[in-house]
Formats: sequence, structure tokens, C-alpha cells
Amino acid sequence: MPAEFWYGVEVLLNGLMAGVMYSLVALGFVLIFKASGIFNYAQGVMALFAAQTLVGIQTGLIPFSHLINAMLGTKIHHFGWNVPTFIAILITIGIMVLFAIIVEKLILKHLVNQEPIILFMATIGLAYFLEGFGDLMWGAEIKKLDVGIPQGGNVWVEESTAFLGGEDFYGFYLDTLDIYATVIAAILVTSLILFSQYTKTGRALRAVADDHQAALSVGISLRTIWVIVWSIAGFVALVAGVMWGAKSGVQFSLSLIALKALPVLMLGGFTSIPGAIIGGLIIGVGEKLFEFLIGAPFLGGATENWFAYMLALIFLIFRPQGLFGEKIIERV
Amino acid sequence: MLYREVGDFKTTYRSDGQTFPIAFDRWRYYIVLLVAFCVVPFIINDYWTNAVLLPFLIYAIAAIGLNILTGYCGQVSLGTGGFMAVGAYSCYKLMTGFPDLNILFCVLLSGLITALVGMLFGLPSLRIKGFYLAVATLAAQFFLVWLFNKVAWFYNYSASGQINAPERTLLGYKITGAETSAPVTYLFCLVLVVFLAIIARNLTRGHLGRSWMAIRDMDIAAEIIGVNPLKAKLTAFGISSFYIGVAGALLFAVYLGAVEVGEVFGIQKSFLVLFMVIIGGLGSIFGSFAGAAFMVLLPVLLKNVLVGSLGWPTDIATHLEFAIVGLLIVVFLILEPHGLAQLWRIIKEKLRLWPFPH
Repeated sequence: MPAEFWYGVEVLLNGLMAGVMYSLVALGFVLIFKASGIFNYAQGVMALFAAQTLVGIQTGLIPFSHLINAMLGTKIHHFGWNVPTFIAILITIGIMVLFAIIVEKLILKHLVNQEPIILFMATIGLAYFLEGFGDLMWGAEIKKLDVGIPQGGNVWVEESTAFLGGEDFYGFYLDTLDIYATVIAAILVTSLILFSQYTKTGRALRAVADDHQAALSVGISLRTIWVIVWSIAGFVALVAGVMWGAKSGVQFSLSLIALKALPVLMLGGFTSIPGAIIGGLIIGVGEKLFEFLIGAPFLGGATENWFAYMLALIFLIFRPQGLFGEKIIERV
Repeated sequence: MLYREVGDFKTTYRSDGQTFPIAFDRWRYYIVLLVAFCVVPFIINDYWTNAVLLPFLIYAIAAIGLNILTGYCGQVSLGTGGFMAVGAYSCYKLMTGFPDLNILFCVLLSGLITALVGMLFGLPSLRIKGFYLAVATLAAQFFLVWLFNKVAWFYNYSASGQINAPERTLLGYKITGAETSAPVTYLFCLVLVVFLAIIARNLTRGHLGRSWMAIRDMDIAAEIIGVNPLKAKLTAFGISSFYIGVAGALLFAVYLGAVEVGEVFGIQKSFLVLFMVIIGGLGSIFGSFAGAAFMVLLPVLLKNVLVGSLGWPTDIATHLEFAIVGLLIVVFLILEPHGLAQLWRIIKEKLRLWPFPH
């Protein structure tokens, strides 16, 4: 086999890993969409906010220190302690749950029975608010997130695959972080599926997803379910935020992964968890391969910016409900 | 007292069907136009034109455009930034390719080109609906920005990748370029805004507008009563893109003068215009103006108060602005999903009965 072929395979593998990351974000969307019919644009900003909070707590930053400094003229920055990663993660989860409760109390409760598009726009507003709020709270500078996952190329994989190619092939270059992310995502998805299949709350979640009114009539509290779902979505956002944050630093561009997750959702269908995973993999592999085979040699590169959307657009023309979405039935 | 339709008898169909049937409204409209044309140009200075008036007028055009598509026809679009970029770049190519062409025609032609591009990207709307369509328009946004970044022909192979508006005049006055005077650029934009707003208002009152609204309210039912969805949706995409393209061309040529596509026409611009439409009011021409005014004035106001008076650093003011804008969007959607235009309608209803409500 020529070395080019193996480089192609390497691109494919890296695409799969990137796809897992996309799926992770898309998962948060699907959870909320299934349970409340809300397309939560703020999911990406939630990931950013969760990562910011985690770093802030870990390094002992004082919340709103920039704002306080500007108002009172003081010069405070740190409490002067470092919180262990595990405890910081627990506190961050607590904050995300609190966030879910506040969102339900202040926003969702008042927007029941509105059209989906109004709800969608409300989450865009929420995204803007959370973005500004997070920056006010923790500062907007790029932060380094270190949760103890090693980074850089994985030497073991590289050495043990080097024999595949010829003279000028040195084995697959895979980022250790990506491998960890893949494993964690797999665990997360499995536990989410188990949770929704085998626990009482999980059954209630599925009931609400099927039919709001029927679920209400058998005594399931919609509002509790919404809080739970937004909390889970917050948790998924935290995981996604940690992974992306560890990879490229906690910064504004993190919130843009929400935009990357949209084509994944369209491809997989808004209502299907397996769809989100498979859609993510297809997009991840597709955009890396397209860039490798066509984008970089013929189109001047950077095709990753739009390839996913175009793929989803063309795909939707033939199958408007996505790969695994429920068939759209409309009545007059 | 003032706001009465009592005694305002209509004797012809023409007068009954006019845009402002109530005399008070009509006079208010004339007075606003009179002030805008005859008073404002003589009292403005460079700061006011550049910080408030020009962006307001230009974004008002974009907001009317998006309102036609989203508010009247119900097709949510997140590709506004990309379409504005099409307007800007076609204006640039027309200005540099045909130096003798009048700047007014350049702007209008770039609107037409954008309309064609918009219709192309509007084609999937026949199959895709709702969120799916909103995300599909993102394809337009990202693809177009990438295209103008990568294909050097669009920016005439300039080293910086920027496009710069060459100097052009209309009736002897400089409209674009370095040394323009505030009243001239203001009047140029104002004429276009008034002209386009009147057309939009009449389009939405007519046959085409009604077919858009039918599609918006329920497309299947509309199809059954004989509205052609292909025609309605594609005209909405085309006309909306025309407005957005004109706004993009003006933003580039008259307001900014030099543009780098990723910075100016990114996804943020799509959201900005969408917010204008939501805050102003979906499905209202007046709302487009109100929303544009609100979203242009708010940052200026916040900046003046926070940075100017309190002396805060600019970045904190920016973050606070983000938080406030987001909060306002949510509050508006909860309290008044139909925006400032609906508030105005409520005030008008109250005014009709004032001071003796029953």
C-alpha cells in the first residue's frame, strides 16, 4: 500500500475523532429538543460558560473581578487558592443545575405554548446574555484548561502502526486528548441511553418527548422534567466544553461549536440520539476527507467552514427529516 | 383628541385604501419626511451621521428585507450577512469594472445580483421548513463568506484581501470615497430608504404580500386555496435579498468605504439584523425602522454612558452590551412577541379612545 493511502486513513481516523466531538455538542441539542421541542441555540455558549466556570473555580478567580475593579477602582483578581479539579467539576455541575432552574423559572415558564420559532429566538437571546455574562464574570481572555488529560500525539499508536506503510510512513498521528474524548463520549452516550431506558425519570423523559399533554395527564410534571433535561444538557455542555477547552483553550470560539453541531443535527434528525452520533461521525469524516482530497488541492483550503452545511443542505433536499428523524406529517 | 377617524369620510376607493387612512397618521408621516429631508441635513455633523444616522438608514433597509422574508413569508433566514456580502462585493466589482456607471445604478444592480443569489439559496425552502431551513441558510452564510475570502477575483487580487470603495459622484456631489460630506451621504441613503420602504409597504399590501402571509400562516392550507408556494417563496427570497443586497452595497460603499468580508459580514451581522426584526416587530415595516433604530442606538448609548461618563474599559462595556441585548431579546419575546410595532399599535388603540375610554 502506498503511503498516501495510509495518510488518507489517518485523515479518516482524525475525522472520526472530530466527529465524536461534534456529536457530543449535538447530543445536548437533541436532549432538549426531544423533551421540550425547543431548539436550544445557547448550547454552545453553555459549553463555553461551563468551561469558563470550571477554569475560574479551579484557579480561584474572583467572579466579576473586572466589573468590581472598574466600578470601585480596586485591583482584585484571585482568591489565592487552587481548587482540586474533581471538586471544581462538582461545583460547576451545581452551577449548571442552578442555571437550568433559573432558565425554567424565568424564561421557559413564560413561553409555554409559543411558536417554536419564538422559542428558538429566545434561546438566541439567552446565548447572547450568557456570553456577555460569562465574560463579565470570568473575563474574556483565553484561558488554559487543564484537567489532567495528557495532550499531544500518541506515541504508542504511532509506533505500533508504523509497520503498515512503506519507508516514508511513520504511523498514525492521533492526539491523545481525542482518544480520551472518544472514550468519554462513548461512556456518556451509553449511560444516557441506559438512564432513559431503565430509570423512572428516564421513562418520564421519554413520555414527555412523545406527547406533552398525555404526559401531563398521567401526572408527570413538565416543569420538573424541563429542569432535569436542561441540567443534563448543562452537564453534556460541561463535558463538551472541557474537551474542546482542553484542546484549543477556553475562548469565545468555543461557543461557535454550536453552529458546527447544527448540520450534524440536520443530518441525523433533531429527535434521535443515535442520529446525533452518526451524523457527527459523517460530518467529521466528510469534512476532513473533503478538505484532504478536494478542498486543499483544488479549492484553496479552509473548506471545513462550509462543507458540513452544504452537505446537510443537499442531503435535506432529498430527506427533509434527516437520517433518523421522525417522518414529518402535516395536516391542515 | 387628535387621533380620530370620526368625521374622516372616505368617498372613493382610492382614499379608503390608502396607506395611512387616518388623517393624523398621514400628517405625522408627512412631517417626519419633511424633517428628515429639509431639517436634518442642515443640522447634522460627521459624528451623528457616522455613529447613528447612516447605520440606522442602512440597517433599516436590511431589516425591511429580512422582515419581508421572515416576518411576512415566515421563512427564517440566518444568511443575511452572506447576502449583504454579495451586495457589497457586486457593488465593488461594478464600480471598478465599469467606472462610468452611475453609483445609483451600481447599488441597485448589486441588489439585483443579490436577488438572484438569494433565489438560488431559496430553492431548498420548497422542501425544507422551519429550523431546518434556518440552518440551511447558514450554508449560504458560511459558503459566501468563504467564497469572497478565497477567490481573489472578487477583491481584484489586492494584497490585503480588502475591498476599497473608489470615489464616485452623483450630480456632482461625492457619494463614496474619502472626502464625502455628511449631508450628501445622508440624503443619498435617505432617498433610497424612503423609496424602498414605500415599495415594500405597497408590495406587502398587495396580492404578492397576501400570498406571502398565507404561506407564513400555514403553507399547506395556502397551497390548497391556490397560492403557488414556488412563486410566493421564491419572490420573497428574491425581493428580500434585493433589499439586503442594497443594504450591503451601501454599508460597504457609502458607510465603511473599506471592507474585509469575515469581519464585517460574519454570522454576527445575520443575528444583528434578525434581532432588529424581532425587537421591531415581525411583519411590520414600521417595526423594521424601530428595531434598526433601537439596535443602532443602544450600543452608542451604552458606550457613551459606560465608557464616556463612568470611564469603564471598553471590553467590559462590550460584554455588558452583549448581556443587555440578550436580556432585552428574551424580555421582549416574553412580554411582547410582536415587538415595538405591536406596542405602537396598542398605544394607537388607546389614543383613539383617549380621554374618554369606555
